[in-house]
Amino acid sequence: MSSSRPESANSQTAPLVAIKDLSIGFTGKKGTTLAVLRNIDLQIYAGESVGLVGESGSGKSTLALAAMGYLKRGLRVLNGQACFREDDMFTQTRDQLEQVRGGHIALIPQNSGQSLTPTRRIGRQVAEALRLHSSLPAVQHSSRVVELLEQVRLPDPLTLVNRYPHELSGGQQQRVAIAMALAGEPSVLLLDEPTTGLDVTTQAHILELLSELARQSGMAMVYVSHDLGAIARVCDSVAVMYAGEIVLQGSARQILLDPIHPYARGLLASIPRLKDATLPRALDGRPPAPGETGNACAFAERCALAKPRCTSERPPLQSLASGEAVRCHFYAEAKNLALAGDKQRSARILADTGDATLELKEITISYAKPGLMDQVLGRKPSSTPTVDDINFRLLQGETLGLVGESGSGKSTILKSIAGLLSPLSGDIIWQNEDALPASVEKRSPQQLRRVQIIFQNPDESLNPRQTVAEILAQPLVLYFGLKGAALKARTVELLDRVRLAGHYMDRLPSQLSGGEKQRVAVARAFAAEPDLVLCDEVTSALDVSVQAAVLDLLDDLRRQSHTSYVFVSHDLAVVRALSDRVAVLYQGRLCEIGPAQSVYTHPSHPYTDVLLGAVLEPDPDTTPTLIADDVLELSPPDRGCAFQRRCPMSLGEQCNTQTPPWQHSENGHAIRCHLPLFNTSPLKH
Amino acid sequence: MLRMLARRVLLGIVTVFLVSLIIFSGVEILPGDACTAYLEREAQGKLLENCRTELGLDRSASARYLDWASGAVRGDLGVSATGRKSIATLVGDRLKNTLLLAACALVVGIPLALFLGVVSALNRDRPADLIISTLTIFAMTIPEFVTATLLILVFSVWLGWVPGIVLTSAGAPVSEFFPEILLPIAVLAMVMTAHILRTVRSSVIETMASDYVQMAVLKGVPYWQMVFRHVLPNALLPTINVVALTVAWLLGGVVVIETVFNYPGLGRMMIDSISDRDLPVTQAIALIIATVYVAVNLLADLLTMLANPRLRTAQIRH
Repeated sequence: MSSSRPESANSQTAPLVAIKDLSIGFTGKKGTTLAVLRNIDLQIYAGESVGLVGESGSGKSTLALAAMGYLKRGLRVLNGQACFREDDMFTQTRDQLEQVRGGHIALIPQNSGQSLTPTRRIGRQVAEALRLHSSLPAVQHSSRVVELLEQVRLPDPLTLVNRYPHELSGGQQQRVAIAMALAGEPSVLLLDEPTTGLDVTTQAHILELLSELARQSGMAMVYVSHDLGAIARVCDSVAVMYAGEIVLQGSARQILLDPIHPYARGLLASIPRLKDATLPRALDGRPPAPGETGNACAFAERCALAKPRCTSERPPLQSLASGEAVRCHFYAEAKNLALAGDKQRSARILADTGDATLELKEITISYAKPGLMDQVLGRKPSSTPTVDDINFRLLQGETLGLVGESGSGKSTILKSIAGLLSPLSGDIIWQNEDALPASVEKRSPQQLRRVQIIFQNPDESLNPRQTVAEILAQPLVLYFGLKGAALKARTVELLDRVRLAGHYMDRLPSQLSGGEKQRVAVARAFAAEPDLVLCDEVTSALDVSVQAAVLDLLDDLRRQSHTSYVFVSHDLAVVRALSDRVAVLYQGRLCEIGPAQSVYTHPSHPYTDVLLGAVLEPDPDTTPTLIADDVLELSPPDRGCAFQRRCPMSLGEQCNTQTPPWQHSENGHAIRCHLPLFNTSPLKH
Repeated sequence: MLRMLARRVLLGIVTVFLVSLIIFSGVEILPGDACTAYLEREAQGKLLENCRTELGLDRSASARYLDWASGAVRGDLGVSATGRKSIATLVGDRLKNTLLLAACALVVGIPLALFLGVVSALNRDRPADLIISTLTIFAMTIPEFVTATLLILVFSVWLGWVPGIVLTSAGAPVSEFFPEILLPIAVLAMVMTAHILRTVRSSVIETMASDYVQMAVLKGVPYWQMVFRHVLPNALLPTINVVALTVAWLLGGVVVIETVFNYPGLGRMMIDSISDRDLPVTQAIALIIATVYVAVNLLADLLTMLANPRLRTAQIRH
């Protein structure tokens, strides 16, 4: 109840949340205690916005939940306290915890789609928070719910209250979660990766909403994320976590522009940037597992500055005069480490003799299945196709990036090239010869060998019961008939090409890290010696430092074997790092295609502008430009331009009824728009 | 929604029709026919001929199928080979008895299974859970006839509280089956409780680990409110189908239990008709059991659809 909140006299100076020397761990297989958080000290004051940054497994979410006195099953407090207004959350009674949770500290979870109870209506879930924590009389609850939904800018809140969670888009679900958190009028808001998994434009809108709410209400925010771009938008100060420790703490500018811990510098260097086409630099190695560190610096094994002292003495968290706190013996030397990748992407083999490896001609794909009657009568479904009128050529050794938000049809196009999804009409032409058969069953072994695909999630694309050697043997036996010693030699060679040691042959996928698994998937694709590799969001499931290594590997392999790539990603900076040409898709229609350099520096289609404007750079001095609304479109319009409903520059009638023409510039850059060519960008002034 | 309902019902009818075809052809394929089977060594000459005319076996298979099927639709299942009685009347009494047994077992078993399953899941790995889970394993693994015999030994022979076997005749009114029916009910309830309980337990545990339950806890929702509003509505969805399977199993006649307790239900009638080589009766019971299975599963799917907003709204939209 907000009226009964204790108001201490020194609320101006005392922290709201104080984590004191907190260690959390679990009992390992051998009965030893393994720590996932070690000696965390963190204070959060009213109105402050703190970022907790780290890669997966760094303990950042565990720390955020610990601030609410919540531990995942199996974890326990080893040492220290997590205090809210001087009360240790871990010694509170259940009743006291229920008061604080949602009422004083509220959580906005990572995946709102899964965090809203599927059997309860939106309105009731938000009202529940009011009922538990608000001092409002019950009769006002329903109007307050509508108010809250309006406040998070959800359209048509009066009908929304009667909807179930699954009827909302990801962005809308996230807004409902925010409204639910605001309902209890908390003084601290914990945000656990609140925008991960959302489209770039949605992400930018949600972050803008959150920072505005924080400004208005004076709530303290703890923002947990692996995404430094998001952190740069909303946080005043940042704590960097590594292997369960805070290794660096300071203002957002200090951390994001010139951090003094080697790990933080490595992390920054591994992030691909929108503004330059260099490959990000990978951090070698992997973080230690809980309990592996002992009395050494947790980062010592991967650190370029490591000295003998680093492996024998755990560095303390030292507070510096500059306001930073750092856990490193040699932080003074860290500034010598580079902050950005410097490796240029290997030059494309520019032999544009007109010989295309692959050409898509007027590909149209529909997910609408013809009904029984349609099949009997031989009718085609009349609905608007999911993907329509896709034409592009891919040269030998060229990388084409396909970008667009979820539902833009990028993966659908990849699947049809791979033969996993037959197009409704159109041809896939291979090396200027005949069209490839649409279905994978009808392709010859040679045709199959030449086109390989790498999927997003190696956990799902590698058979968990096969060893690495067995996984790699499949294409080798199938396409080249290798066996015995030759097979083994080739397997070792392939592993070497993806920078894995030969002894990985006998491992099962579960014994590999995420990055290693994806390398095995890459090796499997290259085992077929393909001419074309289709990459479907291949780095989205990986941490940034690992992503950088996979990007570097893909670039290397292309240089060595002149492979062409079609590279699908929602991450525009990743696409920039690897692509020669870029194609932008919206609702299954091409909007813009051209050389990467040209598209990124002179985006000309309004949608490309919107997309690039919304990208969050890990630099507090940049701000995303939000041009169009982030409305969800479930299906493309029947006629006219695909982007007509959201276009900030729409000409009205013409755009809504006529299919826009292709306009070409001399360097191969083309847009599909009614507006005069290359003169449409609202960003340019 | 209505279209969906009509579609599912239609599909159910088609399934029953196909099953009836299979049953009928199965009986056809057997060497001999109802009369040779029933008459055994005496199956010759006039006796056989009379029997065949009486049961209509002298007509073509398709005519007989049509006759049988259209009769079944109208509730006329033909005449038994033994005693030439109307099968519908014979089966009617047995079906009533089976329904009585099943209903009693369900009334006891389902609430017990839900309660114990939820208690067990909420106290996961604690003594209450360990005790319930261990008992469940016993109830599931010990064969029914062993449990039944043990119960008879304890409650009937030693303690003398209830009769050990059922002596009431098939056509007797419901009230006369008490207290003889109590032991069969107890055994059935034990077995079905164990099966349903395990599903409930694992489903509740899975739901408790979900993100939305964690969210409810972190929203400050008091424990029992969380259980009743956030956990159970979701956790109980998958148990609907398990309950349906159990119901179908109970209604299909629980042969072993009915035999042990001498209970005049559908299952025992099935066994008797097989040992009497009364093919018309066997055929009729097979059809009834198949229809019950289809109907109960259809009902379960519809219930799941009603209880799950995901399915419900998806259907409305189309």
